[in-house]
Parts: sequence; structure tokens; C-alpha cells
Amino acid sequence: MTPESPVAYDLECRSLTKSFDDFVAVQSIDLAIPAGSFFSILGPSGCGKTTLLRMMAGFVRPTSGDILIKGRSVLDVPPNKRPVNMVFQHLALFPMMSVAENIGYGLRRRGVPREDIARRVEEALVRVGLPGSGGKRISQISGGQKQRVAIARCLVLDPDVLLLDEPLGALDLKLREHMKVELKKLQHEFGTTFVYITHDQSEALVMSDRVAVMNAGRFEQVGTAQDLYYRPATAFVAAFVGESNKWRGKVETADAGRLTVLTEDGVRIAGSGEAALAAGATVDVFVRPEAVALSRDAAGIASMANRMDGAVASVLFNGAASRVLIKAGAAQAEIDVALPQTGEFNDLAPGQPIHFGWSDAQTTCFRAG
Amino acid sequence: MIPSIPQNPFLRNAYRAYVGLFFIYLAAPLIVVSVFAFNDSLFPSLPWKGFTWDWFFGDTDPRIGLFHDRSLLNAIGVSVFVAFSVTILSVAVGTTNAFLFEREKFRFRNFAYVLMLTPLVVPGIILGISILIMTNGVANRAYDAFGVEVDLLRPGLPLVVLGQFSFIATITTLVISARLRKFDVELEEAALNLGATRWVAVRTITLPYLAPAMIGAGIVAFLMSFENFNTTLMLVGSDAPLTIALFDRLKEGSTPVLNAISLMLMIVSALLALGAISLQRGKSA
Amino acid sequence: MSRRLGFYLLLAPLVVWLGALLIIPHIELLLTSLQVKVKPRVYEFGFGNYAAFFTEPLYWNTFARTALMSIAATALTLIVGFPISYYIAKLARGRSRAILFVLCLLPFWVSELVRTFGWMILLRETGVVSNTLQWLGLSSGPIEFLYNDAAIMVGLVYTSMLFMVVPLVTTLESLDDSYIEAGYDLGGNGFAVMREIVIPHAMPGIVTGCIVVFMLSLGNYLTPILLGGKDSLWFTEQIYAQFITRFNWEQGSAFGFLLLVLSSLIVWAGLKLTGQTLGQTVGRG
Repeated sequence: MTPESPVAYDLECRSLTKSFDDFVAVQSIDLAIPAGSFFSILGPSGCGKTTLLRMMAGFVRPTSGDILIKGRSVLDVPPNKRPVNMVFQHLALFPMMSVAENIGYGLRRRGVPREDIARRVEEALVRVGLPGSGGKRISQISGGQKQRVAIARCLVLDPDVLLLDEPLGALDLKLREHMKVELKKLQHEFGTTFVYITHDQSEALVMSDRVAVMNAGRFEQVGTAQDLYYRPATAFVAAFVGESNKWRGKVETADAGRLTVLTEDGVRIAGSGEAALAAGATVDVFVRPEAVALSRDAAGIASMANRMDGAVASVLFNGAASRVLIKAGAAQAEIDVALPQTGEFNDLAPGQPIHFGWSDAQTTCFRAG
Repeated sequence: MIPSIPQNPFLRNAYRAYVGLFFIYLAAPLIVVSVFAFNDSLFPSLPWKGFTWDWFFGDTDPRIGLFHDRSLLNAIGVSVFVAFSVTILSVAVGTTNAFLFEREKFRFRNFAYVLMLTPLVVPGIILGISILIMTNGVANRAYDAFGVEVDLLRPGLPLVVLGQFSFIATITTLVISARLRKFDVELEEAALNLGATRWVAVRTITLPYLAPAMIGAGIVAFLMSFENFNTTLMLVGSDAPLTIALFDRLKEGSTPVLNAISLMLMIVSALLALGAISLQRGKSA
Repeated sequence: MSRRLGFYLLLAPLVVWLGALLIIPHIELLLTSLQVKVKPRVYEFGFGNYAAFFTEPLYWNTFARTALMSIAATALTLIVGFPISYYIAKLARGRSRAILFVLCLLPFWVSELVRTFGWMILLRETGVVSNTLQWLGLSSGPIEFLYNDAAIMVGLVYTSMLFMVVPLVTTLESLDDSYIEAGYDLGGNGFAVMREIVIPHAMPGIVTGCIVVFMLSLGNYLTPILLGGKDSLWFTEQIYAQFITRFNWEQGSAFGFLLLVLSSLIVWAGLKLTGQTLGQTVGRG
């Protein structure tokens, strides 16, 4: 992307495409990952992210385009010679070997002397927090320990890029939360470039410096977690990252991105969108549940651009992630609103009248596709 | 009909008695063969004339025990040689076949697979005669054309090995394929990813994973070869493997030395079979 | 590329094995059977050997007898073996199940010759059964149980039992107890549950077992010869006699081919009837 300083990037893809027969799995992907960063590719299953990762590892040959590692094309480098290593989805730890033999496998392939291997394996074990576990069998260690062994097995080879194929998918919820933090810490310590693919947005948002949202073989948006969340570039990103209330409507007035939209339910909403949107265009309107403010009286939301009132339909209590569903407007449409845990709304019950509102800046409109 | 469903106690006991009788039926011939190996008599039949080790260690005519019977010992040697050759060949071909059928996609794959299974449903005696006819034909043509006699293609041990291999290879293929099917290809990719070449990945990861199945298949192949009769009968030359030698003795009239050797066979087979079964267990766990 | 080379290296053993030891020998078998001797060392193409089969009642009767006896042996093995398999799969629990199953397997690992020898010791005139009957006072003199059809049947069922029990136990084990419980819960009695739930579920195992047992009985040589004696009239003896005693390979090949056709036909019919493939039945590793 920036040809004048190619070496600043550990990994680059240029118009990378892979088609199987008449199906295009990966379509003209451009991407450049700076050295030492944590880069995630987030997308639903079947979006092509696994194919993209396997092309980087060398297991799938691209139909066209180029892959560069530290500025050098690796298209003709077989997988066993590429300076990238991979943490597989099911980890692929060799069951017939001990932990130390697993970590030493790559070093043995390089012909490193035996005593060096032993030393470097133990160092790697210390760095992933498993000192002295080298003699254990793979079947003897826990799920979280297996993750760390799989990572140590790669990092001991000091790769330019570490590829991770949804390695947390098999873990239970609590351990997954823990490993997110752990992975980020490990990446920070080793300073290695991580490319992480996942369908779990929270994994991607929490750990990554930058995230690419992938859909149907293309990148929809590449940016920081905040970019994706607050400034989604496409309707897909808005819908895929985080929760949203979504309406379809027609633009009534448009003024340099400030829009009023009449939804199909007959509600008039003030929102924002790209400047090219003109009156008469059909748009999808997205509002996040946590962007909506609740109030017992109309005065509490007087400053909001969008103000409505309705009745509580049900309260979905889930601690900090609690929600309230409100029925409002002539069509009695349901609106999903985050329930603030300030105590003010703890006694909210179905049937009670309620006022709510949100700003036009937090109302994102995209041309309906 | 299952433990959770109450059943008439009379029926239940009758059922148990039937199962008991069945196992007596299974064990009876093996038990009498073993017991009469120690009968102090020239014939393996009643009456019981007392206990003796003669049929194992005796060295004077007519009581030549198993360990002094040259022709029987020789036949055991022949059988071991044949079984060993068949085992090596069958496990090697079974392994390449397993990789071929589990890893490669090719035209006629299904056809080849069914063809690979057919030796199991061809009677052994027919496998024997068809191989006999073919090799004999080749040998005759060689003789007519070049005037050389190719002993290798006339009835004898090489043909016995080929004949047994022709169907035992199917069994080793099935056993090794079943294990390879359970292998996670991700492991091989991981090895490539860590710097191994394709061959090194197979040698260091896949073959160690297959080893229990290869050993198990080897034991099965060895036993099947050692016990084979039908195919061997049609292909045997002057060196008779044990089953053929025993058959000839049995037709002449039996002495308890046959019981003695049968008992030895049973013990060795049982040990090998238990070994194979425990390997099977170990790999499923 | 090296990937292609690897493929051909894997393909080569299979092609050599199946080509040289299965396909070509059977083609040679067919061609030899179509050679008719017109005078010494002179042969013509023709169906004379097959004509001889149909015109000579001994050949034809032996063939039919072998087929019918094999069918009977298969049916008997199924009838005897099914309750045993059901007991092992559904009624025995934990350790006792494993032990019973291994007990069923063990005799299979002993040479068929040894097993048949055991039956000879049991059944002959001076044998264990005859003596026991006399001792019990149920018989006044020795009785010969050997050398009749019943003895052949006992031997065939014994030899084949394990090939019936193993597939049956495997399929019955895969039937979840809750189906049987549901069958009772919905008002079925033991017979109805057996007929509508257990047997349909076990059908693949029944077919596999029957095919293998039939094939083994048809191709058996040892049991009919040793237990049935000189007049056992088993078709494999005819093949052996033509090949080894009379040295009439052309006639023997015709017999061999007919036996092959019969056995293939039955295997094929069994598979067609139940809509299975060879791979599903014998190919289960």
C-alpha cells in the first residue's frame, strides 16, 4: 500500500484472490500489517477468512495477487520454508509427543543442536508461564495450557508472523475470557506480529490493534475497534459488530449528511449518513441499544434529536448487559434499549409508560442494498 | 430383553443356560485337544492312561515328542518363514494402500476400493488355483521361449507367500486405513508449518500415529498366514508349512504329538491375539 | 510435480497386487476352463468342461449339495449365534461383556485344523462323546458320530460362528437401549420389539455375517474332508481332485469358476436384497 517503505510491514497482501471452480472465496484483498501489531480478521463463517489465513501459511495457493513477508514475496515458498507459524484451530499438538518434544519439533527440523533445543524449549515454557512442564504428555495438560504450548511451539521458532486460526473456539466461556487477556499480553511481550482470525467480535475487539471485517470474500472495513464500533463504514459492519436496532425508511430531507428519514412504521428519525444520500433514497437506519437514553418524563430527554414515548414490553435482566424492550409508535414496533445500571430504573416493570431518545449523530444511515 | 425391562425368571435362567452351553460348545474341542496332549497312550482318545510329557519331550520311537520330531520342527520353521514374509509384504502394501485410499482423490477410486475388497469374498481355494494357473502359465511360456526353468513360479514357498499375501493385504489395508481415517490432517499441516518437509512430516507424525495399527495388522497377518490352509494347499511344493504337515499326519492317523503341537499353537496364538486386542484397546482409548 | 510422483508411488503396489494376484489369475482361470483337450497336449477353445459339469450327475449333485449345505450351515450359524450376540451386546455389562466377547474371538485365532482335530477326538467311535454316553449308560456300545452330514454341520457352524458373532455384536451394540425401552413403553411385547426394532437395526450385521459365513462354508475343504470322510461330496474336493490327483486343470478351472460364480452371485444377491454395498459390509475396518 505504501510502496516507498515496504519493509515497515511484516505482512502484505496485494489484490489477493482465491477462487474454487466458480466460487470466489477471497476477492482482491489488499492489506498491510505493521511490524509488531495484533491484527484480527473478523467475519462470519464462510466469509473466506480461513482461506485467506491458509494462503498466508502456504497451504492454499492464491489464484492471483501476491503475499509479501517483510517485503519479500513468498508465493513460491512452500509452507515448511515460510517464516510464518500457525496456531491451528484445534491446536494440532502432536499427541504422541511430550510438551517439550512438541515445542522442540520445529527446532529439530532446523537441525539445532540437542542441548540448544532443550535450553530454548525451557525458555519458551517459562515465557508462556509453564516452567518445568516439558515432560508432561499432551493429554495430561488443561485446555488453557494446551493453548500456551501451541503458541510456544510457534514462538520458539521466532517467526516473522504468527497466524492464529480461532484457537479459543474450543474453550469454555470463562477460560476464553481469561485467554483473551493472556494472548494480548503474550503478543506484547514477544513483540511478534499476530494475525488472528475469528468470528467472535469480542475476541477481535478486545485484543486487536486493528481489525478487518470480512464478508463474502472482501474486506468491508479495516480499522481500530473504536472505528468499527462508532464509525461503521458499511451496513454490514454496523449490523455485525455490536447490537443495533434497525429500521428501513426513505430519506425525506438531506443536508450534507444530516438526514431525516421516515421509517416504514411511520416514525420520523433524524440521523446522519454519507453526503451522497439524497431525498427519496431508501436507507437502513442503525441505532445501538446503549445510545438510547431512558427517562420517566419528557423533560429528561428534551435535548435529544430523536424523542419517543412508549410502554415497557419486557425487561431482560442480565446484570450489566440488561435490556428493556419498549413498544412505541403507531406500529407498536419493539425497540431494544440498554438498561442503565445506575439504580434509577431498577423498578421498571412491563406496562409502565416510558420516554426515550437518542442523538442524530448516533443514528447511522446506509443506503439499503 | 434388556436389564431395565423385567423378565420372567424362568426364561432368564433358560437364556443363561443356553449361553453357558454355547461357551461349552466353543471350548470343548480346544479342551480335549489340550488334555489329550498329556495322555500316556499312542492314540489321542479315551481311555485315559495317565499323565505324561512324552508327547512334548519323548525321544524314542514310537513316542517321539514334538521337540524331537524333525519334520514337525522343520514345518514350523517353514511356517514362520512364510508368515514373516507375508506379514512384511502385507503391512507394507496395506500402509501404502491406506494412504492411497484415504488421502488421494483419483478416478476409479471407488472401483479400486471394491476390487481391493474382493479377495475377502473369493474362496481361498480359488485364489490358490488361479494363482497356480497363472504362474504356471508364465513359467511354461518362459520355458518355451527361452528354455529356462523358473523355479520361483512353480509350486513352492514363494507361491505360498504370494497366495496368502493376495488376501491378507486386504485385511491389513482395512485395519491401517481405519486408523489413518481418524488421523487429523491438521497435525501434518502443523508439522509442515513448523518446518518439516512432506516426507519428514509423514515419518515423524503420521507413521508414529499409525504404528499401533501397523503392529496390530502385522500380528493379524502373521496369525492368518500361519493358520492358512486352503490357499496354501493349492500352491505348496515340497516344503510343507505346519498346517499342511499336520493335515498329512492327520490323514495317516493321529498320535498325541499332534495334540502337543496344537496346544503349543493355541498358546502362542492366544498370546499374540491378546496382544493384538490390547493394542486395539489402547488405540481406541 | 513431486505430488504426482507420490501418487504413482502409492498407486503402484495396489496395481501390482490386484493386477498380478487377482485380475490376471482370474482371467487365466476363465481362459483355462475354456480349453478342451482333444488329444494329448492339444487343446481347443470350447465349453466342453462346462458341458461335462452339467452332464455328469456326480459333479452337478456335489455342487448343489455343497450350496444347500452351506445355506443350511449359514442359517444354523445365525440361529445359534444371534441370541449369543444379543446377550453379549445388550445383557452382559462391563467386564463380563468384554470377557465374553474375547472368549468368542479366541477360538478363531486357533488354526482351523486344530479345531477340526478337536471335533474328531470328540466325535469319533473311540471319542469322548461316545465314551461318555456309554459311561452314562445311555448307549450299550461305541457309536460313530463322525463321517456324516451332521458332523460336517457341527464343524462348519463352529468354524464360522465368530464371523457371525462379531458383526452382530457390533451392530447390536450400536442400538441404543432407549429404542428397546420405547418399544416396550409404547405397548410392544418382547416378540414385537425383537421383530420391529432389534432385527431391522441388526440387518446390516446379519447380512455381513451371512455373506461371510456362506462364503467360508462354500470354500471350506478341511471340515468336510476330516469330519465328513471319504464320501462327504464337497465341491472343493472335486476341484482339488481335478487339479492334484487327476491333473486335469482345465476341468478343475471350470469347477473353480463355477464355484466363484455361485459365491459371487450369493454375495451380490445378499447385498442387493438389503441395499448395501460391499464396502459397507466387509469393508468396515
